[in-house]
Amino acid sequence: MEPSIFRFILKYSWRQQLLILALTILSFPPLYYSLELPKLIINKALGDPDGPWILFGWDVERTRYLFALCGLFLLLVLIGGLLKYVLNVYAGIVAERMLRRLRYQLYEHVLRFPLSHFRKVSQGELVQMINAETEALGGFVGDAIAVPAFQGGTLLTILVFVFVQDPILGLAAIVLYPVQIYLIPKLQRQVNELAKQRVRQVRRNAERIGETCSTIREIHAHGTARYELARFSEQLGTIFWIRFAIYKKKFMIKFLNNFIAQLGPFLFFSIGGYLVIRGDITLGSLVAVVAAHKDLSAPWRELLTYYQTLYDVRVKYEQTVSQFLPPNLQPVERVVGEAERIPSFSGAVLKVTDLGLKDDSGEHALEGIDLEIALPAHVALVGPAGSGREELTLVLAGLVTPSGGKVTIDGVVLHDLPEPSLARKLAYVSNQPTLLTGTLADNLLYGLKQRPVAPPPGAEASRARRLRERREALASGNSADEADAEWVDWEAVGLRSPQERLSAMIRVLRAVALAEDVYAFGLRGVLPPGREELASLLLEARRAMRERLASDERLARLVEPFDPDRYNTNATVAENLLFGRPLGNVFDLEHLPSHPHVRSVLAELGLVDDLMRVGYRLAETMVELFSDLPRDHEYYRRFAFIAPEDLPEFKRILGRASIDRLQRLKPNERERLLELPFKLVVARHRLGLVDETLQARILRARRRFRQTLPPGLVGAVAFFDPERYNPAASVQENVLFGKIAYGQPQAHQKVAAVLAEVLEERGLVDVVIEIGLHAECGVGGSRLSLPQRQKLAIARELFRRPEILVLHEATAVLDAAERETVRTAILRAMRGRSVIWSLEDPSAAHLFDRVVVLERGRVVAQGTFGEVAKRASAATALEAAG
Amino acid sequence: MTLRRDVEALRAIPLFAKVEPARLKLLAFTSEHVDFEPGEVICRQGEPGDAAYILLEGTADVLVETPEGRVKVASLGKNDIVGEIAILCGVPRTATVVATSRVHTLKIDKDGFLNLVTQFPHVAVEVMQELAARLHHTTQRLTEISLQIDTKKTTRE
Repeated sequence: MEPSIFRFILKYSWRQQLLILALTILSFPPLYYSLELPKLIINKALGDPDGPWILFGWDVERTRYLFALCGLFLLLVLIGGLLKYVLNVYAGIVAERMLRRLRYQLYEHVLRFPLSHFRKVSQGELVQMINAETEALGGFVGDAIAVPAFQGGTLLTILVFVFVQDPILGLAAIVLYPVQIYLIPKLQRQVNELAKQRVRQVRRNAERIGETCSTIREIHAHGTARYELARFSEQLGTIFWIRFAIYKKKFMIKFLNNFIAQLGPFLFFSIGGYLVIRGDITLGSLVAVVAAHKDLSAPWRELLTYYQTLYDVRVKYEQTVSQFLPPNLQPVERVVGEAERIPSFSGAVLKVTDLGLKDDSGEHALEGIDLEIALPAHVALVGPAGSGREELTLVLAGLVTPSGGKVTIDGVVLHDLPEPSLARKLAYVSNQPTLLTGTLADNLLYGLKQRPVAPPPGAEASRARRLRERREALASGNSADEADAEWVDWEAVGLRSPQERLSAMIRVLRAVALAEDVYAFGLRGVLPPGREELASLLLEARRAMRERLASDERLARLVEPFDPDRYNTNATVAENLLFGRPLGNVFDLEHLPSHPHVRSVLAELGLVDDLMRVGYRLAETMVELFSDLPRDHEYYRRFAFIAPEDLPEFKRILGRASIDRLQRLKPNERERLLELPFKLVVARHRLGLVDETLQARILRARRRFRQTLPPGLVGAVAFFDPERYNPAASVQENVLFGKIAYGQPQAHQKVAAVLAEVLEERGLVDVVIEIGLHAECGVGGSRLSLPQRQKLAIARELFRRPEILVLHEATAVLDAAERETVRTAILRAMRGRSVIWSLEDPSAAHLFDRVVVLERGRVVAQGTFGEVAKRASAATALEAAG
Repeated sequence: MTLRRDVEALRAIPLFAKVEPARLKLLAFTSEHVDFEPGEVICRQGEPGDAAYILLEGTADVLVETPEGRVKVASLGKNDIVGEIAILCGVPRTATVVATSRVHTLKIDKDGFLNLVTQFPHVAVEVMQELAARLHHTTQRLTEISLQIDTKKTTRE
C-alpha cells in the first residue's frame, strides 16, 4: 500500500485529477462573464440612454440589446451550472473509485494477515476502519488537486490586481497571512492530535459493541448489564471530553481567522486613509482594494480549510494503513494464486525438519520437531493439553507459518504453496469450527469454491451489465471475478449429474450423523426454488398419510385436517380465515384485519363488530390474568395475546368504553381490539369466545375472501387445497395437511413417527433432507447447536475428498456415543488417504497406523501404537521403580 | 370445555381450594387439556416427570412396579391430582398411572406449577400443608405397619 495519501492519489488517479483540473479551469470563463454581464446590463442597457448598443459588432435597438444580454446571461449561467454538474459528478466518481480501491486493498490485507495477528486486532476496529474512517478519505480525493488549484488561482489573481493598484496596500492585504500561516497550523496540530485520539476511542467503542454482541450470553448469565452500561458510558464520556476540547480549539481557530480577516479593513482604513489624506493614493483605488480584499477572504478561507482537511486526512490515512501492515503479511500470491506444480500427495513423504514455532511472547510452542511420514497414513497426535498438538496441526495444515524449520511434501515446501492449490489437497477441522451465514448447502460446499468454474446462470442475457460491472471493478483495482458465478468445483470431486451430487451430500451427512437433523430442518422448510417438481412426490405422501390416519382411529384423533368446508379448531382464527399461507408480505397473519380486502369481507358479513367484541372480552381476560405478573415473566411470551408493554394501553381502552359502546373508541383503539381474536386457537385457549355460530360465519368469510380476492392479490396467498401442494407452507404441513391436535398425549412424537414411516416407505426421506439442506444456518451458524456445527464442519471437509485431513479435537464436543460413530466414519471415509488427528483422548490412538507423542512442544515418542504403548508402560514402570 | 369450567374444577381440588380465582384462571389458561383412552398410560414409573395431571373426568389406577409385578396401590377419580411429587422434587415418576375409562385431564406443566408455588406464597403454604398432611398420613400408616410387624414378631417369638 502507498505510504501517503498523495502518493495513493497520484498513483491511481493522476489522469483523472488532470481532467478535474482542466474542467475546473474551463468553468472559469463562464463564471467570470456571468459576473461581468450584469455590470454591462446596468451600465449600458439601463444606465446609458443614448447608446449606441453594440452587440458582437452589430448596432441593435435598446430593448433588443437588453433582452439579448439577458438571454446571454441565462445561457452562461446554464453553461456554468452544467459544467459544474459534470465536474461534481466526475469528481464524485473519481472519489468513489478511490474509496472502493482503498477499501478493497484494506480488505485484501485482512485476508493476508497472519493468523496470530487476529489475536491483536478486534473485529470491531477493523469494521470501523474499513467502513467509517475511509469515508472521509474518499471525499478528499475529489478535492485533492482541484481545490488548491482553483482557490489558489483565484487568490493569486486578486492579489495581483491589488498589487497593481498599490504595492503598499497589497502588502497591507497580506501582511497578516504569515501570522495565520504560523499560528493556525500550530493550533490545528493540537486539534488533529485530539481528533486522532477520538478516532482511537471510536474504534474502541466499535470493539466494545462487537464484544457485547459476541458475549451477550455471558452478560445475561452473569447479570452484568449494569457493569457493561457503566463501561460503555465511560467510553462515551471520554469521547465527550475529547470533543469538548476539540470544540474549544476549533472555534478558537475560527475566531482567530475571523479576527485576522477583520484586521485587514482596519489596516486599509488607517494606513490607506492616512495615504489618501496625504494624497499619495486616490480614494478610488482604496475602495477598489477594500472590495478586492473582501473577495480575497473567501478563497483564503477555503485554502485554510483545505489545509486543515489535508492534514487530518493525511494522518488518518497513515494511521489506517499502518494498522493493515502487520509483520509477516502474507504475499498476495499465497492467498489467491495457483501453484505451477502441485506435489503428488499419495505415495509421497511428508517431511518435517527441525520445526519450531514461537508464540506471541516469544516462547517456543514447538521446538525441534522431526517427522517423516510415508503417505498415505493415519497418524494420531497425542499429548496433554498445551503440548503443542494444536499448533502442530495448524502448521501441518499450512495455516500457521513456522518460525523455524520446514514442512515438505514430495520435496515441495508446504508453506510456499498457494492456499487455493493446497486447499484442493488438504483439509483442516478444528474444535471451534465457524460456519458462514447461509444455508447448510452453502456451508457444505464452501470447500469447493477456490475459483469460478462457470459463468452465472443466464450470463448471456445480462452480458452488457456484467461487462459494465467488470470494467468498473477493474477501474478501481478490484477483483473482476463474479460472485454470482458458479464457484462450486464439482469436477474436482468427480460429481457430474445433479443426482450424484445430491446423494454424495446426503451420504456425507449420514456419515457424520447429521442426516436426521437436516431431515428435521427439511420438514420445517419450504420447497427450494427450481425444485418444484418435488411437489407431486410430496402430494403422494399426503395421500398416503391421509390413508394411514384414516385407518386407525387413534391416529386420526392426532391431526385435524385442513378442510375447505370446516373450521379448524386447532388453527388460529387468522389461519381459518385466510385458509392458506401468505406469499410475500401483502398479507400478514399477525395483522390480518388491517388489510383492506380482509376488512371489506369482514364488514360485508357483519363480522367487524362481533370480532371486536370478542377482542374486547379477550383483552378483559388478558388484563385480568396478566396484569399482576412481572413484565419479564415468561408467560407473556408463551401464552399472552398482548405484549407486557401494551397491557396498560388495553387497560385504558377497556376503561374508556363498555362492550356495547365500542363505537366510542378511537379508530386505532378499535383496530387493536379487532386484531386480538385473530390469534385465538379454539382448541387450545378454551375461552369459549369463538363459538360454533361464529366459526360458521368465519367459514363464510373464508369463502367470500377467496371469491372476491382482487386479481392483483391472487399471487399473495397460497390457499390450502387438498389436491395441490402449497408452496408457502412447510413440507410437514403439506404432508400432514392439517394441524396437530391439542389435548392428545404425545401427539407430536406420534405424528412425527407416522410421518417418518410414510416418507420412508415412499423413498422421500432423501427429498426432505435435500430441502433441509436449504435451511439457513444463521449468522456464524448460530441457529445450529454446537455438535451440529461441528458435524457440519467435518462433513464440509470430508466432502472435498482431501488427500490429507488434519483434525484437532474435532469430535470433542460430541457425546460419547456419537463421537465413536463419527470418528469411525471419518477414518473409514479417509481409508487409503491420510489423516493427522490431534486427539483429546489418547484411548482412540490404537485406531491409527502411527502415534506421535508430544510433550512441551517436542516429540517424545513415535511409532506404532504397540511400540509407543510399550515404551510408555516401560517409562511408567521405570518411574515407579525410581 | 371452557376456562370457567376448568376454574371450577380446580377449585374443587383441596390443594387449590383456597387459591383466589384469578390465579386459578391463569393456571387453567396456561394448562392444556389432554384426553386418554382406557388403557393408555398417563405417566410411567421411572420416567422423568414434566407435568401434573388433574382428572376432570374418568378414572385411573395407580400401579407400582415391584419385583413381583405390578401392584395397584390406589385408584383415582374426578378432581384427583397425580404427578405433582415428581415435579415438586424432581424425582422420576414414583408410580405408573393407567386410565381405566376415558379420562379427561388438565395437564399442568412443571413451570406452571412451580411458578404458582414460587410466586404466590399462599399457594406454597397450601401445597406444604397438603404434603405435610400426606406425610403425616404416610407416617401414621408406617407406624401402624411397623407395629403390626412388631406384634407379629412378638407373637412368633
